[in-house]
Amino acid sequence: MATKTLLQGINDALITEMERDENVVVFGEDVGINEGVFRATSDLQKKFGKKRAYSTPLTESGIIGAAAGMSLYGLRPVPEIQFADFIYPAFDQIVSEVAKFRFRSGGQYPCPMVIRTPYGGGIRGGLYHSQSPEAYFTHTPGLQVVIPSTPSDAKGLLASAIRGDDPVIFMEPKKIYRSLKGDVPEGDYTVPIGPARIAKHGTDVSLFCYGAMVPVCETAAEKAKEKLGVDVEIVDLRTLYPMDEKSIIESVEKTGRALVVYEAPKTCGYGSEVAALIAERALDSLEAPVVRVGGFDTPFPYTLEKIYVPDALRVFLAIQDVVNYA
Amino acid sequence: MTPTMSKPKKSNDSKSLPEGFTPEQLLKLYRNMVTIRAFDQRQLNLQRSGRIGFCVVSTGEEAVQAAVTAALNDTDWLFPYYRQHGMLLCRGASVESLANQLYGNDQDHAMARQMPVHYTDKEKHFVSLSSVIGTHLIHAVGAAMAAQYKGDDTVMATFIGDGGTSSNDFHSALTFAGVYKPPVVMYIINNKYAISHPVSEQCGAESLHIKGEGYGVPSVKVDGNDVIAVYEASKNAADKARRGEGPTLIECETYRMGAHSSSDDPTRYRSQDEMDEAAKKDPVTRFANQLKNWGLLDDVADKTLWDEIETMVVDQTNEAEKHGEPAWETLFDDVYAKVPESLARQRDELMARESDFPRENEGEFPL
Ligand SMILES: Cc1ncc(C[n+]2csc(CCOP(=O)(O)OP(=O)(O)O)c2C)c(N)n1
Repeated sequence: MATKTLLQGINDALITEMERDENVVVFGEDVGINEGVFRATSDLQKKFGKKRAYSTPLTESGIIGAAAGMSLYGLRPVPEIQFADFIYPAFDQIVSEVAKFRFRSGGQYPCPMVIRTPYGGGIRGGLYHSQSPEAYFTHTPGLQVVIPSTPSDAKGLLASAIRGDDPVIFMEPKKIYRSLKGDVPEGDYTVPIGPARIAKHGTDVSLFCYGAMVPVCETAAEKAKEKLGVDVEIVDLRTLYPMDEKSIIESVEKTGRALVVYEAPKTCGYGSEVAALIAERALDSLEAPVVRVGGFDTPFPYTLEKIYVPDALRVFLAIQDVVNYA
Repeated sequence: MTPTMSKPKKSNDSKSLPEGFTPEQLLKLYRNMVTIRAFDQRQLNLQRSGRIGFCVVSTGEEAVQAAVTAALNDTDWLFPYYRQHGMLLCRGASVESLANQLYGNDQDHAMARQMPVHYTDKEKHFVSLSSVIGTHLIHAVGAAMAAQYKGDDTVMATFIGDGGTSSNDFHSALTFAGVYKPPVVMYIINNKYAISHPVSEQCGAESLHIKGEGYGVPSVKVDGNDVIAVYEASKNAADKARRGEGPTLIECETYRMGAHSSSDDPTRYRSQDEMDEAAKKDPVTRFANQLKNWGLLDDVADKTLWDEIETMVVDQTNEAEKHGEPAWETLFDDVYAKVPESLARQRDELMARESDFPRENEGEFPL
């Protein structure tokens, strides 16, 4: 075990998987000599050479389209999209091509790859360096969507994604890239894609969250204990698709109260799906309406970022509403 | 087929003024270049001392910005990316108005919604820009098609970096420009790098402007550090567009003398020697020397000009720092023409609880 940041966990997985499988290749804008604008690809070009880790021209559709071709031919591409906000030029390649190759070819041409991309607020990046586009991808059959919130999950989930047989959108919460440290197992290490993680056990109310919202929910839960005497359970969903329906339902059956917290615009965000699942499958357990705490339905602002992204206070106030619901 | 545009006269070494320019015009070009340089220097200082969050400078690209603005009419539209803020200054926008954007205060034209360097100024026909590389090129072409449709003589100018020539909409813009021949001038600012990525690995062709040829868009390459050369190429292209003779693609060869942005460390990917070599071609120094050769400037006048502009820049950026942030409820405006009911509810719920939220000590838990 070594103490690492989430970013180092990512880097560790890339190095470990490149050592393990020579078909793994990493490319994207500025990932070579510059080692990524966040340095997620540190040492890759030094260790594995330009053949396996390189910077590409500035075309996201080119990056993902080329990755698709490589994947069809048997490589394991791990392309990087510099910011999730710039994934849209590649949207067609991802949604029309990568996601559908397996199905449309009757299983003859699967197209596994891992598209890594930093997402979310926290760096004062305004409209185009802050977005959380996960719902576009969870809405696309054929894609797995994974968002880690701890350094060890970052490593283990990324390793599983690279070894898996399906295309994965691997979204990295850039706000906590460096701020969060934790123990990360050395060498070969995987965390399975699918199961959620109970970040904190509790009995009174369930908080469902992922990525950079997990530490926010942890603070809110501490305050809820302290100020309201409420025992919050925090479920870090970490694999958005496939969804861990069982863990969600079990938690709600235990607590009877549920909130979903996410940064993306509230309407039609991933949390809406979680809320709908609970309504369909756990209505009888509910003692209060399911509440979504999300970003507002506006583009992501610059100066007013501080009121846009859910913070511990907003989550706390929502917990208070839910526990006070008569 | 690349039509041969008139080669700019050798203005560099010559003792006589370049043809067609008055001393006032030349000095105005220089004043604008100095203003851009001084503003960029100030941005860096403000960013380094933590007074603004982020900045992008255009150091080394002052000649292009001053020359293009001078060659166009002030009513022509600009579709810039994030490294053409100098054109706003050349069109007479105040340093304070740019600084309002950098500070993200309540005086910003766009309500502090965008991160620093993403300016909008409708009065100066400086169209709102996104961070997404390349998308605006086709907007310029579409706007030019609209001007053509209405029979107006407005010309559209748009700009893209060497990296941006690989983006999807560089292709769509040239496709439409080549087919519909609208009055648009497309500039490639080849400053040799896209963040860390050198132009030699951006494009397999020997130069970037030849990309226009395949689309039927006449193309030319100029020395982007030669303000007179850029002016002449621009004037030719704009006049041609205004006569209804279609688009031009102009590659301006220059060098990004600074870092990509305040988040970038260029020593990771380029050598000091290379940067020193490029600094010798600094367009501001070069033009100052030309003006001195022509007897239009001396060291004393140059220093006076610099002092005057630097003082103005400091004063005006300090003014901007005095303003506060936009009111919270403004976040919900301009998403739609009229605020939808569901969004209004989100706004009202937030505002009803505004007093629960701390204004100061951001991030601190108040309860
Ligand atoms: C579609 C898209 N992809 C990636 C980025 C991230 N990015 C910002 S600037 C930049 C390089 C642009 O280089 P170039 O076009 O040469 O312009 P320069 O910055 O050199 O003026 C990149 C990759 C972006 N803004 N948009």
